[in-house]
Amino acid sequence: MTASRVQFSGEQLAEVRRLQALYPDRRGALLPVLHMAQDAFGWVSLDVEEYVAELFDLSPAHVHEVVTFYTLYFRQPKGRHVVAVCHNLSCHLAGAKTILGHLKTRLGVEVGATTPDGRVTLLAVECLCACERAPMMQVDDRYELDLTPEKVDRILEGLR
Amino acid sequence: MTGERILMRNFDRPDSHTLAAYRATGGYAAWAKAQGMEPAAITEEVKASNLRGLGGAGFPTGTKWSFIPKGHTGPVYLVINADEGEPGTFKDRYLLERDPHALLEGMLIAARAIRAATGFVYIRGEYVEPWRRFDAAVREAYDAGYLGKGFDVVVHRGAGAYICGEETGLISSLEGKKGWPKVKPPFPAIKGAFGMPTIVNNVETISHVPHIIDRGGAWFAALGTRTQGGTRMFSVSGRVARPGVYEASVAITLRQLIDDLAGGVTGNGRLKGVVPGGSSAPILRADEIDVTMDVDGLRNAGTMAGSAGVVVMDETVSIPEALLVVARFYAHESCGQCTPCRESTGWIYKMVRRIVEGRGRKEDLDTILDVARRGAGTTICAFYDGAVGPYLSYIEKFRDEFEALIAK
Repeated sequence: MTASRVQFSGEQLAEVRRLQALYPDRRGALLPVLHMAQDAFGWVSLDVEEYVAELFDLSPAHVHEVVTFYTLYFRQPKGRHVVAVCHNLSCHLAGAKTILGHLKTRLGVEVGATTPDGRVTLLAVECLCACERAPMMQVDDRYELDLTPEKVDRILEGLR
Repeated sequence: MTGERILMRNFDRPDSHTLAAYRATGGYAAWAKAQGMEPAAITEEVKASNLRGLGGAGFPTGTKWSFIPKGHTGPVYLVINADEGEPGTFKDRYLLERDPHALLEGMLIAARAIRAATGFVYIRGEYVEPWRRFDAAVREAYDAGYLGKGFDVVVHRGAGAYICGEETGLISSLEGKKGWPKVKPPFPAIKGAFGMPTIVNNVETISHVPHIIDRGGAWFAALGTRTQGGTRMFSVSGRVARPGVYEASVAITLRQLIDDLAGGVTGNGRLKGVVPGGSSAPILRADEIDVTMDVDGLRNAGTMAGSAGVVVMDETVSIPEALLVVARFYAHESCGQCTPCRESTGWIYKMVRRIVEGRGRKEDLDTILDVARRGAGTTICAFYDGAVGPYLSYIEKFRDEFEALIAK
């Protein structure tokens, strides 16, 4: 991605201004605008950080510090789908290790990696707070609950 | 013991998240009543209810509200902590998805009490569906004229960081920074979000407020124990027959919760240990569950009510493996600001890992206990103390399991 391509549309810029106006200090809108930027540009590159910094009149270093603090901003290209398996306590008790192992085998990648065809990025994450339906994972925006290896296979089938 | 469902009374209705359903079941009547009350009278009613913060700290809610400086003329902010992330807890997800207007009505009332014109709702970034549901409710409330007439609500999405559930870490994050907790004092009620007096309350805490105004503080207080009023939502998971969220009086015992509501222990059917208040709460043994689930009942039992996330482990569960999962979590989520927390969480995780992997050293257990104790109470926020709870309790109560792994 070249720097020149990092540019919100006019409509998106209007949304940035609207978000900034919601906060007593426009900087409050930094996290929401970073979410927007990730949706628009796919991931948060150093170029994206610089662009967002300009929109807030902040130093790129500050934006970098923020981006690297949070887990939901991707600092490298991600797959078309993100599969995030919870491996915290309740999911552990319900067999999260089996689910994660099954996904690694099926996808042929380790945790943190993306399949060579760019289809799926596999992550292991901390508690997503759906412990009553453990083991569970998040697939993009959706929570997938009460997982079994068979159910995982069906879910993977649906990811293109 | 389960009694009347208050927060969850509408959960079985498929349309419970809509304004129409909320109003049809008496919604926004408490707000109408509160508009006829002086702000101080609202706070007094909440004080009389013995409502205590249900996010984890258990601080008396009305007392917190009364810390807003008298005579302050600038803005005051109400911030809702919907950054649910305590392992074993899932109640706020239900409230956001199934009764978002209860939170909004509670916010309107709380905002009147503390004279706030703006409320921020900080929802964890992973909660996409809860965010959509809540955001839709906000739009309904604007269209119906509940919001926008002296009180506005901004829905703010987090970006993945457990520490932002700590109230000053949340404020840092809301201000567009990494979520580093702030040194207290000054407390947020004096100098909080954007430098202004701020009250940070949990979703469930504020969802109780309309009922307290509607039916009175004394009614709410009578539902609980002497020092904590009301019901609360218990998230029960792990090795039980019916994992789920259960609303009950805070005076319910842990045994009743596990056996009567959650259907009893599964696995081999025999309880080994249970975490009563989210992963930061020290573990209890099977012979320690005849305790009431209120803040003081669990404190007296050497643990804490926390977020009321109950995680049940039967005899087949390996406690060292469970601690490994918990220790990995704290090592991953330490924000890195304070040296004792940053260094100890990583070091302890490594030691627990090598014990579980059969490479433990004889001195490891005592080293973990020593490292854990030395750092306790030395950090800016409660995160590290929340890690020390499981480190110490898992090892002290189940030491033979760890020693068996080291001896191998």
